[in-house]
Amino acid sequence: MSDTATVVGTSSGNLWKGGRSPFKASYGKLMMWFFLMSDAFTFSALLISYGLIRFRNPAYEGHPDDFTFSQEWWPIPEKVFEAVPFLHGVPLPLVFVGIMTFILILSSVTMVLAVEAGHRNDRKAVEKWMLWTILGGLTFLGCQAWEWSHFIHGTDFGTAAKFLINGEWITKTIHGANLTVNEYGPPPFAALFFFITGFHGTHVASGVLLNFLIFYRTATGYYDRRGHYEMVEKVGLYWHFVDLVWVFVFTFFYLV
Amino acid sequence: MHSEETNEVVVQPPDKEKIRKIWKVALILGIVTACEFAVAFLLPPEYRTIKIVTFIIMTIVKAFYIVGEFMHLGHEVKSLIYSVLIPMAFVVWLLIALIVEGDSILMAR
Repeated sequence: MSDTATVVGTSSGNLWKGGRSPFKASYGKLMMWFFLMSDAFTFSALLISYGLIRFRNPAYEGHPDDFTFSQEWWPIPEKVFEAVPFLHGVPLPLVFVGIMTFILILSSVTMVLAVEAGHRNDRKAVEKWMLWTILGGLTFLGCQAWEWSHFIHGTDFGTAAKFLINGEWITKTIHGANLTVNEYGPPPFAALFFFITGFHGTHVASGVLLNFLIFYRTATGYYDRRGHYEMVEKVGLYWHFVDLVWVFVFTFFYLV
Repeated sequence: MHSEETNEVVVQPPDKEKIRKIWKVALILGIVTACEFAVAFLLPPEYRTIKIVTFIIMTIVKAFYIVGEFMHLGHEVKSLIYSVLIPMAFVVWLLIALIVEGDSILMAR
């Protein structure tokens, strides 16, 4: 094995014969790409399951203005997500999710600026933009925590639902949602909400941790000693991927 | 561990053109998101199919800019671009297969 590793750049003909990097990307970046592809399949599977379960439940037939929550049909997302912090009882459909989307896109922009600064070995600029990225990530997580809390506690009026208790159908009013009951619609709607946004939120949280590690290592001069800032680029790929997933979650969970 | 360790790091001045490009892409992403909102609230609910098609097109536009510019895939070699993009055909297949399946389950109930 040891003699094969040393013949670099001798094969002039075939690009794929070995001893070269046909993708012209470093090992670490390439592996990050392949990891992100596997992660893309996981998220696709989750979102496609949402599609399957949504299509196997009846849709609401009437005019959206007359829409009410019921266990009988799938809810219209903009009727579910219409609360904004400090504006209790004011229906503002999708405004809060829209703010979250802009926050995540902006933190993606500051990440690109950090990567760009890394290319120039500009430690001060990398530190500055990494801090903005971390701040964006944390703000997004805070918004998501509020969104979850609101979803779990539910609205003031609640929804009536029938339960089979001791062989009798009893009508009860449900407030909010958990994994067994759901005021907004069929219980799988809440389960999918928790699973998809939760899985994405876990990615954001680990992204913030990685970003912090990169910031720490930049600030202590680790990458200056190493001579290059490629780690910023690799973690940047991951962070953009998290933003990309949110773009899809936003469309297929909140808008459609 | 790292044989190329060095203490001589040369800080280069920022490339104005590159930074302007980054903000331009950011602006496009912002505008497309704003358009999604406009479509969601200004188009009456009767145009449901048109709405959904517009949302999907706008999402793909945003994905194109994020992957192509921010993740820099558009500037990599062709073989890398295709090894990332072609496997995504499986996602399209699964999407169509399971949506049709979900519809059939509803019909069969």
